[in-house]
Amino acid sequence: MADEKQNNPGEGDAGLDKLGESRFRLRKKKEVPTGLWLKCEGCGQMIYRKELEERMRTCPACEFHFTLPGRERIVLVIDEGSWQEHFQDIVSIDRLDFDEGIPYAQKIQRAVERSKQKEALICGLGTIHGRPVVLAVLDFTFMGGSMGEVVGEKIALAAELAGKLGRPLVMFTGSGGARMHEGILSLMQMAKTCAALAQYQEAGGFSICVLTHPTTGGVTASFASVCDITLAEPGALIGFAGPRVIASTIKQELPPGFQRAEFLLEKGQVDRIVRRAEMKDTLAKLLDYARGPVLEVPPAPAN
Amino acid sequence: MTKDIPRPQRERLASGLSFERPIKELESQLTELQALALRTRLDISSEISAIQNRLQAVTEETYRNIGAWETVNVARHTDRPAAMDMIAALDEFIELHGDKAFADDKAIVTGLATLKERRFMLVAHRKGRTTKERLACNFGCAHPEGYRKALRKMKLAERMGLPIVCWINTPGAYPGIGAEERGQAAAIAENIMAMCSLKVPVLVIVIGEGGSGGALGIGVGDRVLMMEYAYYSVISPEGCAAILWKDGDRTSDAAESLKLTSKDLLKLGVIDGVIPEPPGGAHRAPQLAIDEVQRTILRELRGFDGLKPEELVARRRERYRHMAAIPGRFPSV
Repeated sequence: MADEKQNNPGEGDAGLDKLGESRFRLRKKKEVPTGLWLKCEGCGQMIYRKELEERMRTCPACEFHFTLPGRERIVLVIDEGSWQEHFQDIVSIDRLDFDEGIPYAQKIQRAVERSKQKEALICGLGTIHGRPVVLAVLDFTFMGGSMGEVVGEKIALAAELAGKLGRPLVMFTGSGGARMHEGILSLMQMAKTCAALAQYQEAGGFSICVLTHPTTGGVTASFASVCDITLAEPGALIGFAGPRVIASTIKQELPPGFQRAEFLLEKGQVDRIVRRAEMKDTLAKLLDYARGPVLEVPPAPAN
Repeated sequence: MTKDIPRPQRERLASGLSFERPIKELESQLTELQALALRTRLDISSEISAIQNRLQAVTEETYRNIGAWETVNVARHTDRPAAMDMIAALDEFIELHGDKAFADDKAIVTGLATLKERRFMLVAHRKGRTTKERLACNFGCAHPEGYRKALRKMKLAERMGLPIVCWINTPGAYPGIGAEERGQAAAIAENIMAMCSLKVPVLVIVIGEGGSGGALGIGVGDRVLMMEYAYYSVISPEGCAAILWKDGDRTSDAAESLKLTSKDLLKLGVIDGVIPEPPGGAHRAPQLAIDEVQRTILRELRGFDGLKPEELVARRRERYRHMAAIPGRFPSV
């Protein structure tokens, strides 16, 4: 499942800098003196970090959409001052005594300290250009966005909250898949999230999921693929198995562009590719279509 | 995918059954003695029965202390009864092929089944026994069309009012180019979601390998059982060892850590029960194992009698919504 650990530490850290995690920044700067520049995953060009941040973390040369830390995502799509986080205090526990050299409990603690958030899923209420939604963001920068019990539970809670409030549910995913350290319990989150979404959809709930770079494994194979509308960011790696697993199974080189958002669009697997710069406007327009067939305010007549 | 496995790894796989060596030695001694008795008409019945007793004791002892990695290897044993053996033992089976969209994936077999007085829809992973069959079945690794075929037949069962029985036995859903092109992840996700809403009873039995999403893709049920030496895991021990330990030799540690045996899953509350296997595992006495599975199916199907469709769906969703959660740990909306 979580077969691809494509963590990109330098990149995720910069996002925290922007949010004013000053202690972290000082420590990190010492460790990574060359952090001013980084190489684009899409075209290989060197990019000035500051420029990347100003461009919502998209490459100035090739438009590659870098992984966006969860908090930055919220800033990009939710109206200022409208965000209200929910369920932020649920923490993961090590039910299996999983020890890969480092005990899982310690791993969680480290991730919490590093990110100043308790888990990979951030969920809450907010408005998108005035339209109220429940938003759930699966943050790849927290343990590769892997789904354990807490992530699964928070997705389910988000769906239930959306159902209760009669709001649409908007989700962003970035994940390597299920969290191995929670074994079978993490696999069961695939069913948990789908059970909650089935209930929500049956009651008339409307959901949009945006697949961002990268989304693979048990997340793609569960809640991320069963929403009413599936969007993807340009260039995002999206799939069931990770490319390395596939390459080693079939013993062949993978075709160029394989498992990228454009490839999925061509194969009919996603509804639309939406650039980060247009994400908020697009979401608002799509949400309007879920309001019914008659416009509240008809467009002004053309002159 | 045995053919693709490099030699050192193949040897490791074989060594996963090395714990059976004392049993094997006694078994071959017994065969020799029995042959000798036939050939020479010597009366060595007391020696034979002594070995038989010893064999029984050693088998029970060995399997009582079986580790997680050994269990995985027993679950993968080529002599273990699999879908086609169990289908052959049914009173009737009418196979229904294809997803009516792309292809008929042989890694999943579906059809109408009868066992004693019970009719049901069977959905099962198929691994194949001979090399030719294994290739045709892709070693039990289904493509999206396999999951879509399963879904189609489950919807048919719902229309016909028939309960559904799923036998899980897969290393995992196939990770390949075609599978990705045709939406492997979406096919599994849609199955999981749809199975949460089926208005007929669903009985799931893990009969061998419960390989991750590929297993869960036909694995959402009202009752989920495992055969004693089956395993069910989020990732294969090999995959886990390679990723977390960065060492393919740590499969045994990975298997232990993942808590993937029937005993572990029962303790965690992920499954409802364990189907006992004959002493020494199902591969030692396939017919006994199949009989036990059949008895279990009948008992479980009878247990669904009288349940209303809405009740079934509500209970199933509730089951997965709060699957194995520690009471009071999570807030409610």
